[in-house]
Amino acid sequence: MKRTAGIVYMVMIYGFLYLPIAVLIVYSFNDTRFSSNWQGFTFKWYAELLDNRMLLDSLGNSLLVALISSLVATGIGTLAAVAFHRYRFPGRKLLYGLLYVVMMSPDIVMGISLLMFFILLGVTTGFFTLVLSHITFCLPFVVVTIYARIADFDPNVIEAAKDLGAGEYQAFRHVILPLLLPAVASGWLLSFTLSLDDVIVSFFVTGPTFEILPLKIYSMVRLGVKPEVNALSTLLLAVTLVSVFASHWLVKENRR
Amino acid sequence: MTERSAFKTAVVAVVGFWIVAFVFLPNLLVLVASFLERDETAFLRRVFSLGAYRGLLDPQIAGIFTRSMGYAAGTTALCLLIGYPFAFLLARNAHRRLLLVLIIIPFWTSSLVRTYALIIVLKANGLVNALLQAAGLIQEPLPLLYTNGAVFIGLVYTLLPFMILPLYAAIEKFDPRLVEAGYDLGASRLQVLRHILLPVSLPGIIAGSIMVFLPALGLFYVPDLLGGAKSMLLGNYIKNQFLTARNWPAGAAASMLLTFLMGLLLWAYFASLRRSGDPGGGLAR
Repeated sequence: MKRTAGIVYMVMIYGFLYLPIAVLIVYSFNDTRFSSNWQGFTFKWYAELLDNRMLLDSLGNSLLVALISSLVATGIGTLAAVAFHRYRFPGRKLLYGLLYVVMMSPDIVMGISLLMFFILLGVTTGFFTLVLSHITFCLPFVVVTIYARIADFDPNVIEAAKDLGAGEYQAFRHVILPLLLPAVASGWLLSFTLSLDDVIVSFFVTGPTFEILPLKIYSMVRLGVKPEVNALSTLLLAVTLVSVFASHWLVKENRR
Repeated sequence: MTERSAFKTAVVAVVGFWIVAFVFLPNLLVLVASFLERDETAFLRRVFSLGAYRGLLDPQIAGIFTRSMGYAAGTTALCLLIGYPFAFLLARNAHRRLLLVLIIIPFWTSSLVRTYALIIVLKANGLVNALLQAAGLIQEPLPLLYTNGAVFIGLVYTLLPFMILPLYAAIEKFDPRLVEAGYDLGASRLQVLRHILLPVSLPGIIAGSIMVFLPALGLFYVPDLLGGAKSMLLGNYIKNQFLTARNWPAGAAASMLLTFLMGLLLWAYFASLRRSGDPGGGLAR
């Protein structure tokens, strides 16, 4: 009896979390613009996306920003995780602490701080400022993902490489990096998702000439429910789903 | 030895530069701006002033803050109330690996998309109204959308996974035999909860509360999309100061308030970690 109650409770919570998403996906295939009733299956809203130049452009922009910033964040983040783990340098604790501040601080604080920073420096907001900001908020997630993995390492492996005459760079390139690869890939996928989905920080640091998908969706949604948005949101969901599964699988495979 | 130091210096320099340039300096700028005066053309005038902080005490603005705090506190409390038993059941479930992934997916899904999904469900001819009408509970569709209630539902819906995950992480490590030991020693259910479960899961409770409470103050698009004309969070106020009113010091001071709250919560988190005897665990890793 107690067990059943527990299962019912869990089903209710999963229902709460997933029902709206399921309805969104179903509606994206519904052959009607206004009614909420089911009027038959269609791919028409997806086909219409392909004709919408503005949406496609903003999707392209989003993918470009997400790709570049996730790659740079992964690069810097990997080096940072290794540095934080292996090296002792002045300010190490402060820098690591600041990464946690970035991760915990509300998006809006980061958005306005970067906006002020860019404006006072005289940098025009747009593609460039978006990439810099996205790298910054992705960085801590990469560092934490990879740091957790290095902490599990057998330190003797690195010592062995050193004994065999490897320099610091060679040890990194040929020993540490190959062992870290699954965590690196996982951090990259998470950064890509974070960057692709971000609304709040991007809202402040993008310029009028560079439109990205989440902000485009935001301005469309303000005007009401549209089947094209349902289709677009479903696509965005699918990308997230693939990234999360892939990232999860990479980390799990490696723990064996 | 020279190669070692060259690689090490380069790595530390890049990482240090990035964090100082894009985290430390911008945040310092917010702090400085909050103590300056507003300027029509250059945004900031280099005159020390406490005006921006005094402005926060203006009854109308203080009203926005208290309401926003109310939303955030209510959201945090409800997420904790729903999430705690859920995380507990999850940690004990045989299929917890799969079930956990099902919580991680909404955690990473765009909360804008999830907020939009909620609009579809709550609108006048949406699923909730349709179900209530079919059940004969109501005749006319209820005005669910564009209300303060919708903002509240939206915040809980968006942030619940952010509460469940840290709670799960704290509860999963917990040894269930401790509870049995408690019962064996004659503790009541309430005593077990109060003296065994809560202290052990306190870091998870605080970590989850940070991840719910702070975003609940800032998620400006939730009241924008779900709320009525008067629904406003601290985030909406800050956004307006920067994009509409062009009053940087006022926006910066409000944002400092958020940073201050974050500092307070992080302090509570680390204090709870020390008390639970797990200084290296969880977030501090």
